[in-house]
Amino acid sequence: MSTEAAGPAGASSGRPGTPDAAPGPIRQAIEGLGEQLIQSIATLGGISLLGVRVLREAVRPPFRVSHLFSQLDFVGVGSIFIVLLTGLFTGMVFAQQTQSAFALFDAESLVGPTVGLTLTRELGPVFTALMVTMRAGSAMCTELGTMRVTEQVDALETMAVNPVQYLLVPRVLAGLLMVPVLNMLFVTAGMTGAFLIAVGVNGLSAGTFLARTREWLVPMDLAEGLIKAAIFGLVVALIGCFKGYNATGGAKGVGKATTEAMVSSALAIFVLDYIVGALIHA
Amino acid sequence: MPDADGNGRGGFSPDEAPPGSGAPNAQQARLREAPSGSGRPMISVQGLHKRFGTHEVLRGIDLDIPEGSTCVILGGSGSGKTVLMKHMIGLLKPDRGRVIVDGEDLVPMGADALERVRRKFGMVFQAAALFDSMTVYENVAFPLKEHRKTGEEEAREIVRQKLALVGLKGVEDKYPADLSGGMRKRVGLARAIVLDPKIVLYDEPTTGLDPITTDSVDEMILDAQRELGVTSVVISHDIASAFKVADTLAFLFEGQIIAKGPPHSLRDHPHPALRQFLGTWFGRN
Repeated sequence: MSTEAAGPAGASSGRPGTPDAAPGPIRQAIEGLGEQLIQSIATLGGISLLGVRVLREAVRPPFRVSHLFSQLDFVGVGSIFIVLLTGLFTGMVFAQQTQSAFALFDAESLVGPTVGLTLTRELGPVFTALMVTMRAGSAMCTELGTMRVTEQVDALETMAVNPVQYLLVPRVLAGLLMVPVLNMLFVTAGMTGAFLIAVGVNGLSAGTFLARTREWLVPMDLAEGLIKAAIFGLVVALIGCFKGYNATGGAKGVGKATTEAMVSSALAIFVLDYIVGALIHA
Repeated sequence: MPDADGNGRGGFSPDEAPPGSGAPNAQQARLREAPSGSGRPMISVQGLHKRFGTHEVLRGIDLDIPEGSTCVILGGSGSGKTVLMKHMIGLLKPDRGRVIVDGEDLVPMGADALERVRRKFGMVFQAAALFDSMTVYENVAFPLKEHRKTGEEEAREIVRQKLALVGLKGVEDKYPADLSGGMRKRVGLARAIVLDPKIVLYDEPTTGLDPITTDSVDEMILDAQRELGVTSVVISHDIASAFKVADTLAFLFEGQIIAKGPPHSLRDHPHPALRQFLGTWFGRN
């Protein structure tokens, strides 16, 4: 009787060394890391598949031009002020810091090109994409998540309307098209800020600032920034849409999806910044 | 009564008195009067199996829903009702089995073909699922503008007619947030029937409503069937509503239909789960 009772149940009593013993902290940590890795790969796969689906639906009729313009307005026009402000102050701070440092070895004339190169190649696309992530990516995720958990996405499907084409295509295209435009505005505002500080406040000659900047900055630097901005815009919009579109669990689930979208987007921007930069300069 | 093989498979057994062929009752009389009640199955579910991970949600569902009738799928929470309904409209693909709608099998269909078949459906969601950024008019007109490219004036007239049909007037410019739960359900039905579908699906239409609103939603379902002749499928755990609107009741338990037939035939059913389920209401009434 006692043997029977201790059969399968007794085997999982948690004795150390037995196969069913409770996992130790190291094993738990490894399992946790493994699960996170699998989850991350699954998410990456999901985002990639969604990207393919969005691009496929984008070239199929009906073409929802008014929806696209509405999203271009939201992502692009709506972000102009915050992007200009961020760009202006980034340029001002960067000019102030570099000028102080360059003054130590009489190289203040290089403030313009240093700020210019950094803004066009790196800070412009990265900061612009971060601003769009915070302002538009979060809104995309929340809006789509709310539509998902209140069955509005299901309602679209039951009305024979393709939700990917109706909801996602305009948002992703808006991200792809508007982040490069906003990036140019960011760089313009940043260079204006740098000029104001270097020339207006710290007394560098305007001619030196402009001539040195023209001398060092080449069209490829601007192109690098635009390529990065387009990639960041596409990825940020895809992540926001993916997380929102697959949100579950009511208001809490939408909040969780939005947080995940923000964190994933920010990480993706920094990782892709390195990868794209390395590929361009390889 | 359970079917001969005891697993709810096959059509109606002889003692189930299928709608239109057995003893007279109000539901059957209504079915006979239904404009398109030909008796041929508008929806036929055959041997449907669906598993999510290790959990088998549907375990061999067979169900025929005659054209022009109202079938209520009754069952407790987690019994698989919503999953079954999602298969009927092609939102989910089964692991095994067939779903035939108006003579076409949905299972092998691609996305484009499914979209075409879905135009035969209207669906009323549990919480109405109205687009909260659109007015009532924009919500109801949405399918018209998507699929028929209807002009503004014609759309306004059709929307006004459909809203009148569900007992609503002068709400076109309101937003869903400004409406009561019952009114939202009615707007949801107006949107569901605006393209004159052959089939209307109702997902838990009376859940969370007060008794008076519940009654008006029941009337709304009956009116839709009477006036439009649609085939209606209602999933619910509201026994009183189910007995009021159903021509056919199917009881879903642990992924299987354990009983089906006209409502009166299920009252004295021997299956303990169904007895317990119905007892919660009939025991008090």
